[in-house]
Amino acid sequence: MTAAGVVTLLPFIALTLSAVVVMLAGTFHTSHRLTVGLTLGGLAWTLAMLPVTAARGGRQVTELLLLDDYTLFFIGLLVLTTAGVVLLSYGYLERRESHPHDYYTLLLLATLGGATLVASTHFASFFLGLEVLSVSLYTLIAYPRLHADFIEAGVKYLVLAAATAAFLLFGMALVYAELGTMSLNGFALLHVTGGGAADTSLLVGGFVLIIVGIGFKLGVVPFHMWTPDIYQGAPAPVTAFVATVSKGAMVALLLRYFRGVSLNPHDTVWIVFAAIAAASMIAGNLLALLQSNVKRLLAYSSIAHLGYILVAFLAVGRTAAVAVGFYLVAYFVTTLGAFGVVAELSGAERDADRIDDYRGLAARRPLLAATFALVLFSLAGIPLTVGFLGKFYVVNAGARSQLWWLLIVLVATSTIGLYYYTRIVVAMYVEQPQALPSAPRPARLGAIAGSRASDAVLIVVAGLVLFLGIYPAPLIRLLEHVVAGLP
Amino acid sequence: MILIALIAWPFVAGVAAWIAGRRRPHVARWVSVLAMGAGLLALAVVWIVKAPDFALSGHGPFVASVHVAWVPQLGISFFVAADGLSLVMVTLCYALGLLAVLSSWREVTTRVGFFHFMLLWTIAALVGVFTALDLFLFYFLFEMMLVPMFFLIALWGHERRVYAAVKFFLFTQIGGLLMLVAILALYVIHGRQTGVYTFDYLQLLGTHLSMATATWLMLGFFAAFAVKLPAVPLHTWLPDAHTQAPTAGSLVLAGLLIKIGAYGMIRFMVPLFPQAAFRAAPVFMGLAVLGILYGAVLAFAQRDLKRLVAYTSVSHMGFVLLAIFAWNTLALQGAVLEIVCHAFSTGALFAIVGLMQERLHTRDMDKMGGLWLTAPRMGAVALVFALASLGLPSLGNFVAEFLILIGSWRVSEPATVLAAFGLVAATIYSLWLIQRVFQGRETPAVTMPDLTLREGVMLAAMAAPLLWLGVYPQPLFNAVRPGLAALQQRAVRGAPPPSSAVLLPPPTTRAAPTGSDAGAVSMSGDAQ
Repeated sequence: MTAAGVVTLLPFIALTLSAVVVMLAGTFHTSHRLTVGLTLGGLAWTLAMLPVTAARGGRQVTELLLLDDYTLFFIGLLVLTTAGVVLLSYGYLERRESHPHDYYTLLLLATLGGATLVASTHFASFFLGLEVLSVSLYTLIAYPRLHADFIEAGVKYLVLAAATAAFLLFGMALVYAELGTMSLNGFALLHVTGGGAADTSLLVGGFVLIIVGIGFKLGVVPFHMWTPDIYQGAPAPVTAFVATVSKGAMVALLLRYFRGVSLNPHDTVWIVFAAIAAASMIAGNLLALLQSNVKRLLAYSSIAHLGYILVAFLAVGRTAAVAVGFYLVAYFVTTLGAFGVVAELSGAERDADRIDDYRGLAARRPLLAATFALVLFSLAGIPLTVGFLGKFYVVNAGARSQLWWLLIVLVATSTIGLYYYTRIVVAMYVEQPQALPSAPRPARLGAIAGSRASDAVLIVVAGLVLFLGIYPAPLIRLLEHVVAGLP
Repeated sequence: MILIALIAWPFVAGVAAWIAGRRRPHVARWVSVLAMGAGLLALAVVWIVKAPDFALSGHGPFVASVHVAWVPQLGISFFVAADGLSLVMVTLCYALGLLAVLSSWREVTTRVGFFHFMLLWTIAALVGVFTALDLFLFYFLFEMMLVPMFFLIALWGHERRVYAAVKFFLFTQIGGLLMLVAILALYVIHGRQTGVYTFDYLQLLGTHLSMATATWLMLGFFAAFAVKLPAVPLHTWLPDAHTQAPTAGSLVLAGLLIKIGAYGMIRFMVPLFPQAAFRAAPVFMGLAVLGILYGAVLAFAQRDLKRLVAYTSVSHMGFVLLAIFAWNTLALQGAVLEIVCHAFSTGALFAIVGLMQERLHTRDMDKMGGLWLTAPRMGAVALVFALASLGLPSLGNFVAEFLILIGSWRVSEPATVLAAFGLVAATIYSLWLIQRVFQGRETPAVTMPDLTLREGVMLAAMAAPLLWLGVYPQPLFNAVRPGLAALQQRAVRGAPPPSSAVLLPPPTTRAAPTGSDAGAVSMSGDAQ
């Protein structure tokens, strides 16, 4: 690797060094507050390195990583979201853990994994990124180890993720055996030029296995089984991380290399993706109707949202790529907000995840309830919120590619979706309050500071939901620039 | 700029009312009254200053317009404009907004600031809907108002308010989303044809569509507007929402929200897809007649006073639907008049029901009777509005329905005959209402205080326009005629002659911008 390569890799170096620094600082029994500060500092440093790399132009570093504007944009998105998760975790962990230092190290490592995934151009870096992300998540999910729920969720995730990683590896091996290359570029080109994967059975088999691996990470039907359990079992800030960074990194990878499939609507692979999209929208929204647990409800809703993203993914053209990017940003912001509210309300005993916990919230914490309502309406795609524009963009992309059936499914299912979002809103605004799992604002000083941190996140989220919902032009301009380099 | 001010003003006032209402509920009420009143004053100035313009068609039909790029990458702009029709609707918004605030003066006692915030935001979005000429902006506001309306019903409504609010939300949402798909399809087709991707209504008007495509897209728009209006198979949300909403909510729903359906059809659906709309006109006129009769019959069958009034809306909106698909000058003018008069007459009935519920704590007509004895003023006022609703000459509704029937006679005689039976049914249910509630045997346990001064003034203010429009509707017709004529011209000329329409006479020769019945002539040719 050349010196220029090292400079290009600065964001990765910054993330890695931050993880090491936070880990070392933990050994000196530093305060929780300092650890959080160091973590945020590391993330800010990473963020500051992005323009430095961008100024040098898109650049391939070894065979493994490509750092062009597209990669850098998504790394920026992941890092910013992680910063939100860190702030949410502060108050949340303050209430229940005495030494949460390793948590932040793991969070930084997971982000590094996500960033590697976005930048990868090779099966090796793809797998490496995926595993760094997954292994960190196993621990993060089970981190508040005094509670059996968390450990159960962590183990569940470990088993399932490890199994699908094996699928993915085997698929890669098959593709390598047939093509003789591990480069994702060669892989994508095959689909653009070869008119589909129907050339040989080995390739089709390999492709299907890779889809299993990707589909698991995205949590789309029929690989969605883990989603509700993990969402419910994981600590709320970690759930936010799983829902955003972990899924988003995979979508970014998918958008870069697998958009070839969208060029051929009669291809088997295309039909498989369309079926996955439709099934995710239908199953996600219908199953969410049955939930009385907010985290499970949001899990099924996220399955449906990934289905919407896939609709845009299947559409052709630059607009579709922008639509995916825009929807992803909208989804990140709103999901972070939704789990932020859950985290903020959660006490030391358990997470505030029953709909009953939200009864009469508007009377007790009007601003928090308003934020949650705003975020839920954004998820439902009501105007004045970023979620509406995201959905609008997806329908726009679908209409341009004449995916009428998928759009009809989207329309019908998102109406169903509105129903369960309004259930929570009704609980907050109409129904009478109930006793909370614990007092919303513990008396200890640190916890109040932690609440301030998550308040800050929620204020930023609410502001972004409204700002991007009313004036999306700057973000669209950025996204158009970013996707310009895609095939 | 006046338009932007008119849209932004209730938004701002709503926030002010919310903040003010946190401490002192009364301040929120006064802020809202002043906001609506100031808006009405501004509109009065606009009417007086701009009135001569309505007679001129040289400046185009729009008396005011604002066009600002919003999301240029997608061809979205903030494009609002008002012709006579829009201005009538905007004035109606402010007038009913004021009445809604007044009618909830005593009814709403909890979260008063929040209530007025929601109410004013609904009004603001409505003003935007009635002036938007960018389809994206139209859809944006169309959907946005659902949230405050949802809260109005769900928070301050009656027994089954949550059910009603959610049903209302879902029905409107699915119709709206189908329209969104249709809007985007139109946008893409227009973009492919011309290379210009835009949501500008005036540009999209010229899009060439095949008959099949146009029919599908028209159905998308129809889904949204027919739910709002409501047309009969899609009307089931309306009785629930109207009945469960607080009085102010019922006023806004009946007076304004459902009028979006009519306005949207007149402004967007028919002009954008004229041939498809005209071809489907017999079906839609059939639905309209069905709505008129079905609504009337169901109104007659109700025990719940408010539900009765709600079903009369279904019946009256059937007339509007009939007029829209008759699509000639007389019928359309009748439709606009019906929109305005129905807003006041039904709104007033809802207000009266609200006052009675406040006093009697019931809406069950079986528990009422002989109320004239204790509340003669209220009985008299109710009688006036019941007579308006049944179409008594000298009140506006009569003129409106009469014009609609004349207009639709030229297009479809059977439909008109059947629709006329709706007037008979209206007579029955209106008099039945008065008879059961105010006359008949007196219920001994019930004593009802009569109207207070505020309530009397409010109801008189609603009766005045009915009387005015019943005696001298010409100013209203003058105001809306240029706009309607322009739309009629588009809907005839804008479309390529369909291959099957042998009966269609050459439309362009007859289409004069004012007054003449070119639309009616070609329509009758098409429909027979």
